[in-house]
Amino acid sequence: MSRRTPPEPVQVVKQRRDAALAALVEGVPYIGFLGVRFERLGDELTAILPFDEKLIGNPALPAIHGGVTASFLEVAAIIELSWAMIWADMESGTLDPLTVDREHLPRLPKTIDFTVDYLRSGLPRDAYARARINRSGRRYASVHVEAWQDNRARLIAQATGHFLMPQREGSG
Amino acid sequence: MTSSPDAPQRFIEALPFARALGIELESIGDGHARLSMPWDARFVGDPATGVIHGGAVSALMDTCCGAAVLSFPGAIGTATIDLRIDYMRAARPGARITAQAECFHTTRTVAFVRATATDDDEGTPVASAAGAFVIDRMTPKGDTP
Repeated sequence: MSRRTPPEPVQVVKQRRDAALAALVEGVPYIGFLGVRFERLGDELTAILPFDEKLIGNPALPAIHGGVTASFLEVAAIIELSWAMIWADMESGTLDPLTVDREHLPRLPKTIDFTVDYLRSGLPRDAYARARINRSGRRYASVHVEAWQDNRARLIAQATGHFLMPQREGSG
Repeated sequence: MTSSPDAPQRFIEALPFARALGIELESIGDGHARLSMPWDARFVGDPATGVIHGGAVSALMDTCCGAAVLSFPGAIGTATIDLRIDYMRAARPGARITAQAECFHTTRTVAFVRATATDDDEGTPVASAAGAFVIDRMTPKGDTP
């Protein structure tokens, strides 16, 4: 009778995944500049943009700068794509998440184009975003992103972008 | 294109996020605007290369397009309806990025704006943009609508 290895304690698994995500996010200076952070439920990510005075574009309303909204959506799309790659590699065992640190980050996808549809003005409060990968091939990916504030059904903006995928080892 | 030094730069500095990005107005007038943004380590999107994040270039483009709309004769307000950015190549790390926008066509309520961004190699653009913007105009009596 062979002995089965017991499943890893859940906290160990969570800690390792959260550490890999943190290394990915903290490696990008502009994400820190905007103050964006990510929450993870399994493989699902939600980007959070806490409101800050410096994010305002129209002081008269006041409203969040359109460039902030665009940046937030693009950040959410790029991290979603990178995270999907890391997640797949972690699950298949080809990537040891313990080695994912600032010095050993996978290369990031590069934006080819990005189109933002501004639906409502961004109010001076926190914003949230989730991205959905509509197509992900070896060479490029198409990603849709939605952002909202108080009400998930009332989007403040949505965007579609195309990204050039980093060439991975052995995928030549 | 006119370029009066103080008032337009004050307009840019009144936008907190444009100030946070260090955006400077170089010239503005008659539906055209030229703005620039310095390279800054805090704006980097790819730590492996030091290239500025696309989002920061988007913010520069959006600000530049908005300024072009506001400089259109009779315009008193604007808002972005949609904006598409094509990223042609990575901006050179350390180089200042300059955006140039023009109101390509305007209707009573919408301005169609095009823009390009270049770094110190002006031969090929870093990015180009096309967007539709709301244009609020003065009514004939001079009141706001």
